[in-house]
Amino acid sequence: MATLKELAARGDKFTGGHRACAGCGATIVARQALLAAGKHPVVAGCATGCLEVVSTIYPYTAWNVPFVHSAFENSAATVSGAEAAYRSLKRQGKVADEIRFIAFGGDGGTYDIGIQSLSGAMERGHNMLYICYDNQAYMNTGIQRSSATPRGGHTTTSPAGKKQPGKLQFRKNLTEIIAAHNIPYVAQSVVGNWSDFTRKVEKALDKGGPAFIDVLQPCRLGWGYPPELTAEIGRLAVETNFWPLYEVEDGKHKLNYTPKERKPITDWLFQQERFRHLKGPEHQGLIDEIQRDVDQRWEALQKRCAL
Amino acid sequence: MSKLVSAQTGNEAMAYAMKQVNPDVVAAYPITPATEIVQIFAQYVADGDVKTEFVAVESEHSAMSACIGSAAAGARTMTGTSSQGLALMYEMCYIAAGLRLPIVMADVNRALSAPINIHCDHSDTMGMRDAGWIHLFSENAQEAYDNMIQAVRIAEHADVQLPTLVTTDGFIISHGMENVEHLADERVQKFIGEYQPQYSILNVGKPITVGALNLQDYYFEHRRALADAQAAALPVIKQIGEEFGKESGRAYGLVEGYQLDDAEYAVVALGSTCGTAKVVIDSLRAKGEKAGLLKIRSFRPFPKDEVVQALKKVKFAAVLDRSDTLGGYGGPVFTEVRSALYGEASKPPVAGFIYGLGGREIDMEMIEELFRLMKSGEVKPDSVQYLGVRE
Ligand SMILES: Cc1ncc(C[n+]2csc(CCOP(=O)(O)OP(=O)(O)O)c2C)c(N)n1
Repeated sequence: MATLKELAARGDKFTGGHRACAGCGATIVARQALLAAGKHPVVAGCATGCLEVVSTIYPYTAWNVPFVHSAFENSAATVSGAEAAYRSLKRQGKVADEIRFIAFGGDGGTYDIGIQSLSGAMERGHNMLYICYDNQAYMNTGIQRSSATPRGGHTTTSPAGKKQPGKLQFRKNLTEIIAAHNIPYVAQSVVGNWSDFTRKVEKALDKGGPAFIDVLQPCRLGWGYPPELTAEIGRLAVETNFWPLYEVEDGKHKLNYTPKERKPITDWLFQQERFRHLKGPEHQGLIDEIQRDVDQRWEALQKRCAL
Repeated sequence: MSKLVSAQTGNEAMAYAMKQVNPDVVAAYPITPATEIVQIFAQYVADGDVKTEFVAVESEHSAMSACIGSAAAGARTMTGTSSQGLALMYEMCYIAAGLRLPIVMADVNRALSAPINIHCDHSDTMGMRDAGWIHLFSENAQEAYDNMIQAVRIAEHADVQLPTLVTTDGFIISHGMENVEHLADERVQKFIGEYQPQYSILNVGKPITVGALNLQDYYFEHRRALADAQAAALPVIKQIGEEFGKESGRAYGLVEGYQLDDAEYAVVALGSTCGTAKVVIDSLRAKGEKAGLLKIRSFRPFPKDEVVQALKKVKFAAVLDRSDTLGGYGGPVFTEVRSALYGEASKPPVAGFIYGLGGREIDMEMIEELFRLMKSGEVKPDSVQYLGVRE
């Protein structure tokens, strides 16, 4: 794996000057991913969403690699087309470089409206890495729920109200859905652990074939916390076992990190405005349910890793 | 040189043209009545007859998305679809045009649901008439073949750089067997030339951003440039049609007049109905009637000047539409033709006829009746009516 010093020497491929919020996690994902990919020439794509919107306001661009955006639900299909073109032109001797392809999408563009496009591209076996920057809601349109939003989370379409405590459903496990495609590499990573993410991006690109990384990405605006806490809140999600760091390589699950002592989920929840309404004793039942869900998912994951 | 002729359906002719074009990438999804195009092409790939990378996507939305990625990567890119498949692509069709990507698409015109129907009308491609694509209609399988080859040149032309749609009438052309004359492979290749993309996202040494967000300060200029490209396509389509004529003996223009020079009454139509109209016109002419046809080949860009010129001297024109605007005044062809004529000093009265939805048959008697109605003065100028429907 590249050292921090090496990464720093590579020069940013996702540059500053974009219009993301202070403390934005999505731009950290893009910057670190492209740094990690740095030894290869890279073509990137992105779904409509915060990352694309803040980074490509014409006539400016933050992308110092070739970049394509077409729509919201099809980052995977669009990049799969570019990758197919590459294979065709390479075969014909019209392209010399050994190019890698990375598609980015938010959780809305990935878990929800883009899941078909992603599933199709993974199943077809394109040589591309799909990175979901998972901030657990549609942030670009003003914080609406997605199937990645955790139970109890307040969003503008799953608002906490007098009768309902935020989102009613638990979040979908997309990492396992993509793992079920039996592709060479699937992983979960987090903003706040650069070495885990860098290693996974490198590995995904080195393995070749379709790969998927779901990166939990704290969003200071949508989650409601001071901008300097982005990395910390990401790490807390790992320390509470809410977001385990693991990978599925050639079908084999492997846990990359086990907290010394699992922190209670409330440590993570109550750092964030979106869960603040759950603080009262009347919601203890729901908190217990959320904790049980975290623990059950963790156990299920451990079993998969033991196989 | 001996002629290369074979009996082919419209779908076979289109797939064969695609084989001879030998694109870098095809991304497509099956749908009746265009499925065969995809199947036949997949077989060419499986047999190694083409160098194409075939992307068997999971939906038409992804087909057009993949085409966009491919074309942005500087690859010569083609696809094919119909009806619901095209409707699922609409979002991406607008984007393909806005990004100025010269993708070529074969569409077999089929009615849109509901009710679900697999037969011919033009509602599917008319649904994207404002998407920025060049839109060429074909009268028969021969034209479908010829149009597919010309479409590559038109789309990629430096003054144009627009995605291009070639259509055939579902089942009538797509499944009808005809003698189709081909150019030899080398001549097709020579005619279309090697594709030299202006930009490519595979050029990692010179990174570009494709699909940037445009706000109030730039969007309008880019859309205006798109309109200019459509206008610029008019002479290009004509010039390439003439060049193709030199190559094949079959020259093409933006419109085709049939017995129109001295015609008193004319029908205006698209696609296979033009073939039927020509037979009717021949028989009317044999009886001394001055009947004519204006066939519109290029619906986008709409050749306003050619249409005005062609209809200038007729006493009445019946405009046939195989799709409806539902709440608009007349079908899409009627509204275009009438609008084109409106400011002209010398113009014929026109009436609109919506016919053939969902594959409803249009026969020679119906077209003959149109000429009779025009001549007898029984059609009110500017009226719009439905033809061949039970009221
Ligand atoms: C087909 C379509 N539906 C809806 C939208 C509106 N839209 C744009 S971005 C977005 C949400 C993006 O959410 P996500 O993918 O989570 O990314 P984020 O904004 O959080 O970065 C929505 C709903 C759209 N652009 N296209």
